[in-house]
Amino acid sequence: MALPLILIIVLLVLYPALYSLHLATLNKGMERFVGFDNFTFLFSRETFWMVVKQSVVFAVTAVVFKALIGFCVAHFVHNVPVKGQRKWRGMLLVPWVIPPAMSTLAWLWLFDPSYSAFNWLLVKGGFEPIGWLGEVGWARFAVILVNVWVGAPFFMIMYLAALKSVPEQLYEAAAIDGANWWQKLWYITIPMMRNIIAITVLFSLIVTFANFDIVRVLTAGGPLDNTHVFATWAFKVGIEGSDLPLGASVSLFMFPILAIFAIFILRDITKRGAEN
Amino acid sequence: MTTRKFTRRRFLKSTAAVSAATLGFPHIRTSYAAGKLEVGFWDHWVPGANDVLTAACKEWAAKEKVDIKIDYIPSQGQKNLLTIAAEAQAKAGHDMLAFPTWWPADKSKDLEPVDDVMKALVAKNGPVSPLIEYLGKVDGKWVAIPATPGSQIKGPCGRIDLLKQHAGLDVVKMYPAGAAPDKALADKWTWDAFLDAAVKCNKAGVPFGIGFGQTSDSVDTAGTIFAAYGATLVDAKGNITVKSDNVKQVMEYMKKLIAALPSDVFAWDDGSNNRWLVSGKGSLIMNPPSAWAVAKRDAPKVAEQCWTFPAPAGPKGRVQPYLPYFWGIWKFSKNKAAAKSLMMHISERAVVEKMVAASQGYDIPAFGKFNDFKTWAEEGPPKGTLYHYPPKPGQVLQISAYPAPPKIANQIYTQAIMTKMVGKYTQGGESMDKVLGWAATELEGFMRT
Repeated sequence: MALPLILIIVLLVLYPALYSLHLATLNKGMERFVGFDNFTFLFSRETFWMVVKQSVVFAVTAVVFKALIGFCVAHFVHNVPVKGQRKWRGMLLVPWVIPPAMSTLAWLWLFDPSYSAFNWLLVKGGFEPIGWLGEVGWARFAVILVNVWVGAPFFMIMYLAALKSVPEQLYEAAAIDGANWWQKLWYITIPMMRNIIAITVLFSLIVTFANFDIVRVLTAGGPLDNTHVFATWAFKVGIEGSDLPLGASVSLFMFPILAIFAIFILRDITKRGAEN
Repeated sequence: MTTRKFTRRRFLKSTAAVSAATLGFPHIRTSYAAGKLEVGFWDHWVPGANDVLTAACKEWAAKEKVDIKIDYIPSQGQKNLLTIAAEAQAKAGHDMLAFPTWWPADKSKDLEPVDDVMKALVAKNGPVSPLIEYLGKVDGKWVAIPATPGSQIKGPCGRIDLLKQHAGLDVVKMYPAGAAPDKALADKWTWDAFLDAAVKCNKAGVPFGIGFGQTSDSVDTAGTIFAAYGATLVDAKGNITVKSDNVKQVMEYMKKLIAALPSDVFAWDDGSNNRWLVSGKGSLIMNPPSAWAVAKRDAPKVAEQCWTFPAPAGPKGRVQPYLPYFWGIWKFSKNKAAAKSLMMHISERAVVEKMVAASQGYDIPAFGKFNDFKTWAEEGPPKGTLYHYPPKPGQVLQISAYPAPPKIANQIYTQAIMTKMVGKYTQGGESMDKVLGWAATELEGFMRT
């Protein structure tokens, strides 16, 4: 009975993982085993640590904003009469449904160095144009903004489902006890949604850390490598630079970081499960 | 289609015999090429350019009784690089593939030597530049032959009217259609003159559009200026030479140039300069004639004022940024002899001339005798706009990061070290010593084997 699962694990999980590990232990010419040399080499590179920092800032900032926006919008939709909710849900999900490589192209045109639609508006309003993708701060802002725009609907739909599962009687009992809006949110809604929040944040962290398309299309890691994340840097080094072992090492570096996040988040969920 | 075998021995025999006798096309008439051949060519930007190559291949396949299958692989999204990497790993895929600039050297151990083909081609089509040898020859053996489709020079494409009006530069007089350059004017066409014109055009509100991002066009332009000043980052022996006076000199030059360019050039990609020219906002870009070709379609009034001419000269000569493509045969190919035969056929003058015409003059063949095609003299409007696009005697064809050993140079090029140095020194406001120190550390990292 377990044979199909074993095959799936072996072919789609174990083999790629072990092959990546194997690649990461080869020299640049892929002719000999070099152990952890690729990793020690990476640790000595200024650019690599910049990519680590940027990946963490990119993923954490984007996930926080996605969670906050998703949470707020889920409440707005939840408060709409049930009959009209479907169309709002459909419209709000559009950014998440469009392939990010496509939607990011539209954003690229909005941020275009020379023909930015945003800058056109700014100039019309009497402001100075902004170098959206040419200045470090603004470029980082742009890639995070687009990631939030793409990912927030996922949080919204998950939180909306969680909100619908909170028993109405709890709010009624709290109202009888004189609880205000804030107290209901703090003592009922959030505790009842904690597990779904934790799982959503974990999933989103994993996906955001591994993000490739948005950064690749929008800035390609520039200016001066200041928006590179693990996946785009790995592509740059491994494919464009023809150094597959080093590219594999960069990719694998995501694993321990995500493992740490996963351990903390899942431990918290397990702990609460045991308490319940 | 047939079961007859085209053996390596027969290929060599027929090549040698016919070459020696006539210097004509060395083997096709006597060959027995057969079997199946899978080829991956670069997917040309110019509509219709692939068709000419397909027709030439089919013509060859019909004659040689080979069952040919052609794939056109785009370079958008680096699809061609992914294909090369995957096939090199899998030791399976196409028999013959198009390799961008650095990739023949990078994949040399997986590529079939093609000295025999190259020898015959040079004998027939004329010599190739040292740059082609630098990129296509590894340890004394040719591992790929230069391909016409995709090979390009990224010299200036300027606006005749704007350069004349704002910078006093008469580019048509300097590089007239159908005639040799005006020596007096061309001699004055230096990087200092370029800077002077850039400053004047910027003041007039029509700046030069020179990208300093991390993509190919930006890297090629920066590399050309570095080379013109003799500023190398790594020498031919692999020694790091970035902390030299020449590099400092070119960095100071770049600081002045950047001040005369649009403020967002560090975010430009390979499309940005094209859009800059087509929009009518810019007076000059460094690009092959694809930008002009787009302008012909989308902004004819702009196209009518475009003129392509050689890059300015620097203390080390007139360095032209050349980006050649190659065709190589995988060692795992089961029909190497047929692939070599095809290479010979699609490098024939008549075929190459058709390819250049179909690319509207964009493609630059590597062989010396192919720089006289009518296309460059006749393309327009304005007529003769591409006359000075192909290389001429006295010009040095070079690529960014030359003369570093190709595997190191590839890293310098891909990581856009030169434009990043300029960015750090100008936009980032870092000191010269800090920038050169950073570059030296990066270059040390590229020495890994």
